[in-house]
Amino acid sequence: MDHESHHHHHAHQEVPSDLTLRVKALESLLVEKGLVDTAALDALIDTYEHKVGPRNGARVVARAWVDPAYKARLLADATAAIGEFGFSGRQGEHMVVVENTPQVHNMIVCTLCSCYPWPVLGLPPVWYKSAPYRSRAVIDPRGVLRDFGLEVPENVEVRVWDSTAEVRYLVLPERPVGTDHLSEEELAALVTRDAMVGVANVVYPKSGEAA
Amino acid sequence: MNGVHDMGGMQGTGPVQAENSEPVFHERWEARTFALNVAMGTFGKWNIDAGRHEIELIPAAEYLRMSYYEKWLERLVGLLAKTGLVSRAELDSGRPDAGSAKATPPLSADRVPALLAAGSLASRPIESPARFQVGQRVRARNIHPLGHTRLPRYARGKVGTIDCLRGAYVFPDSNAHFWGEQPQHVYSVRFPARELWGEQASARDAVYIDMWDDYLEPV
Repeated sequence: MDHESHHHHHAHQEVPSDLTLRVKALESLLVEKGLVDTAALDALIDTYEHKVGPRNGARVVARAWVDPAYKARLLADATAAIGEFGFSGRQGEHMVVVENTPQVHNMIVCTLCSCYPWPVLGLPPVWYKSAPYRSRAVIDPRGVLRDFGLEVPENVEVRVWDSTAEVRYLVLPERPVGTDHLSEEELAALVTRDAMVGVANVVYPKSGEAA
Repeated sequence: MNGVHDMGGMQGTGPVQAENSEPVFHERWEARTFALNVAMGTFGKWNIDAGRHEIELIPAAEYLRMSYYEKWLERLVGLLAKTGLVSRAELDSGRPDAGSAKATPPLSADRVPALLAAGSLASRPIESPARFQVGQRVRARNIHPLGHTRLPRYARGKVGTIDCLRGAYVFPDSNAHFWGEQPQHVYSVRFPARELWGEQASARDAVYIDMWDDYLEPV
């Protein structure tokens, strides 16, 4: 998919430059009032910029691919199975994993806001929170998947999971063919954020499978 | 409320445009706004449902114009003022009111890992048995509350099947307005795409929606 040309102008062209000043002023006020410690803000930002992100989810997926007992636990109680890696907490308190199969393709959306499984995927990308995705994922999921370059065959059922409650979803993608010789770590490196949201499949470059 | 935030099924919103190698935050003010929201939430003056509703209250045209973290900034300012953590005068002047008391200790950096790792459970133990069982057909109620709800408009009046029981959870429609948690059963309900969208939809596809008990009625 060619998205470079769009860069992020669509989401940010309207943002006035005074937002930087407004946020700085608010932060200063809250610090002066004793309500905020800036070191805590730094720690929160550092967590989601550097520590928590889709590499967490990729490790969960790879483990499920190589360990049938783990996969069974993951599908039965995702919160506990994901917790085995130490991934837990905010916006992942009530996890459910949905499995892609040759018959079923799952995709995740939050039509009402931006619900997303932070401990395994980090904070959501702009497109996930955007009007096009939130509006169309439920009425035209196959069209949305085509926007991502993914054509789901007619004989495969598309299931869309709208995150309206406090359950957070993670898609367990299909393991690509030709990867029997890969280690768990090598498999994890193939797993993308988009595949775990369900807008892509996992592709093994050598298999020549279409994305 | 039937706000513009309730986007499911709208058309004409354009293609989904993903950005390659997207950063977690595009600007520093976005990162600071994110962190300020999380940090100020730890005072317990509002809850996640009230936070969502505050964003829903942004007028529709503004909601569509604003970037995501601009909405988070609006939400934070609104909640600070409504809960009295910060006065309107302070928000206007950027200075603490004369004689205003220093608050309780703020969130410190050393508490951040435990705060995030613990999260906040929305599930609650309840006594009452579930009203619906797996496989049962149910209809999403045709309601249009003026306040907060997590029953999306596109599902109202539609018939689905209980796919599984999720357990009991805090009810957002009351919790958002500080009327109590009123926990109740939540069900994953499977709606065939054709039930939602008619003949134009695939006969095979389905949308699964998590529904609180109060959103459903027997068929």
